Amino acid sequence: MAVSASSKVMNNVETVRETLHEAMKNDDRTVILGEDVGDRGNVFLITKDFVKEFGPERVIDTPIAEASIVGIAVGMAMEGLRPIAEIQFADFIYPAFNQIVGEAAKTRYRSNGEYTCPLVIRTPYGGGVRGALSHSVSIEALFYHVPGLKIVAPAFPADVKGLLNAAIDDPDPVLFLEHKKTYRLIKGEVPGGHYTIPLGKADVKKAGTQLTVVSYGLYVHWALEAANQLETEGISVEVVDLRSIRPMDRGTILDSVRKTRKLLIVHEDNKFGGVGAEISAMVAEEALFDLDAPIRRHCAPDVPAMGYALPLEEEYMSSPAEMAEAMREMVRF
Amino acid sequence: MATTITMPQLGETVTEGTVERWLKKPGDAIDKYEAFVEVSTDKVNSEVPSPVTGTIREFLIAEGTTVATGTPIAIIDEVAVAGKSTNAEPAAASAPAPASTNGHSAATPAPVHAGAPEQALRGASPAVRRLAREHHIDVGAIRGTGANGRVTAEDVLAASRTAPARPASGTSTYGEPVPGTLIPLAGARRIIAERMVESKHAAPHAWSMVEADVTNAWKWRSREKDDFERETGYKLTLLPFFIRAVVESLGAFPLMNARFAAPPASSGQAGIYVEKDVNIGIAIGLATNLVVPVVKHADKLSIKGIAIASGELIDKARRNKLSADDLQGGTFTVNNNGANGSYASAPIINAGQAGIVTMEAIVKKPIVTEDDAIAIRHMMNVCLSLDHRVVDGYVASRFLTDLKRRLEAMGPAGVL
Repeated sequence: MAVSASSKVMNNVETVRETLHEAMKNDDRTVILGEDVGDRGNVFLITKDFVKEFGPERVIDTPIAEASIVGIAVGMAMEGLRPIAEIQFADFIYPAFNQIVGEAAKTRYRSNGEYTCPLVIRTPYGGGVRGALSHSVSIEALFYHVPGLKIVAPAFPADVKGLLNAAIDDPDPVLFLEHKKTYRLIKGEVPGGHYTIPLGKADVKKAGTQLTVVSYGLYVHWALEAANQLETEGISVEVVDLRSIRPMDRGTILDSVRKTRKLLIVHEDNKFGGVGAEISAMVAEEALFDLDAPIRRHCAPDVPAMGYALPLEEEYMSSPAEMAEAMREMVRF
Repeated sequence: MATTITMPQLGETVTEGTVERWLKKPGDAIDKYEAFVEVSTDKVNSEVPSPVTGTIREFLIAEGTTVATGTPIAIIDEVAVAGKSTNAEPAAASAPAPASTNGHSAATPAPVHAGAPEQALRGASPAVRRLAREHHIDVGAIRGTGANGRVTAEDVLAASRTAPARPASGTSTYGEPVPGTLIPLAGARRIIAERMVESKHAAPHAWSMVEADVTNAWKWRSREKDDFERETGYKLTLLPFFIRAVVESLGAFPLMNARFAAPPASSGQAGIYVEKDVNIGIAIGLATNLVVPVVKHADKLSIKGIAIASGELIDKARRNKLSADDLQGGTFTVNNNGANGSYASAPIINAGQAGIVTMEAIVKKPIVTEDDAIAIRHMMNVCLSLDHRVVDGYVASRFLTDLKRRLEAMGPAGVL
């Protein structure tokens, strides 16, 4: 990715907005649909004024009916449009489970390649924002088991733009997860012009020698904060940002683990059956004899939801301090 | 608690065993690893040690009875050993451990640090084991800097940097020689050394070489190799073509397929024994030694037959699976030294044979043809060492020329 002269500093909301705006301008097959995406301009104001510019036929306010949002988008995608469906909060994606898993992910296979489903489903996810039970969940593990579905969860604005462009270009369905807490918290340099970042490519956000930390989403930022703290203590930690949860970039993970010989996975989602379980199994299968410590997963406890009360939310969420301690323990081992 | 002892499996393919003799009586005390029964199978007879310490309660089958492996044969009342957990599962009597074929000792676990709560994790990690093996480091001898004194991968690397490990006696590997250390002479290496000296001393070696144009044989082989590999799973090299030519030349010069029977020969009579069979040994260099498995009755095999037989032997050699039979009965030896890039070599005869030929590297060369044109051809040197007690240069040179003629007549097409 060449950083062009027109690069500018944006937060994640601005980056999503600008990327979507470009997509709408560049390709009139692009359609945005979801709850409050029109007149309200999305609850985070991502599609503010889109309906004025592109009209209600391309920026469609839907009823509160997630199954319909995705179901309609699947049909649009199969018939040649480039729909970008929005689920207002990932917590409410469950009614659309059948449309995503049973229809979108299987379209290409079921039709023997005659139809594809070039659909992007964007949804804000994640906690740490006092969102309580219904505005805090991580949903990736529920979907990453499904072949035919790509899942992206970028952490940095520049990655958001490149990966969202790649998701829109992709001929198959992509679930695009945007961490709510990073929306306005995280700012970064975003190159101008159109560019894509390949789906399925992780990125080493900080190089190190003593421990590999794999994460995605908000926790990449916290892991970096912890790793930078440890750097002052003489401990060298490598932080790998998955960016794409599926396809998983096995090569980047394995290269890093083979170098550092230790692997810590941190994610906000529950530990049991989470993305970390797959990474852990993959590394155990491929690089057992490079490991100098048991693989460790630092993840959310197996409780049904994140509580509203601050102590409960903090108990559920990790923190840079907790991550730093887990890293120290791994390096000391 | 009671431990049920089952019939052990004394060998990979053994499915049953016979209790030949009980070495103890019910009521006898028995120590762990103490033999308590003699078991026979169609492969071995073996005394079987007890997996536990305790008192024999009962034998479940009579002497002379044959039962399937895994069948309960005895019950031992186990004496609880302090600090040792007991196991309620039926325990297979521990069969004698096969002698390690591994060239070097596996890394031993790090020292136990009693009292530490994280005892479960104190063992050497997979990375430590691998690095220790690669660097010939005894993990038990290193001071660990990890949690609870654990030896870390970095500790092993540090140890290998500061003091190149001295391979313990008899545990060195020929494959990864360590400068400044003595590799004890053992096993195959000792036998090779003895046989080479024996042959070179006893048989006056003479040497000769011809250059053969194998362009057409090479073309033939190239044409067939993909189909052959698909059909048989073996790679088709020029070796079977060469062996076929050697076998035909040996047929024409039976004195080359002979051996010098020095007095006192087993028959009591000295002489030159002309072999009945044509069994071709193939010299195969492995990382740690040299083996010469034998293609039996090579004169009865087509090129394809030789290719399959030799492919099988080479495969077995690489997997260390050659049987004694595979290595016996050779009457003449072929060495594909060219596979390693050699251009000419003076091989040592395999003792008890009259000669050995080598295939050297195939090199493209400008050649003056019979009609005085210059052509680019695939040329290969063929070197012969012969036992001058058996044949003279007259026979040997004609044998070589005959071999050259046969090689050059092969291909560019034909039936394998």
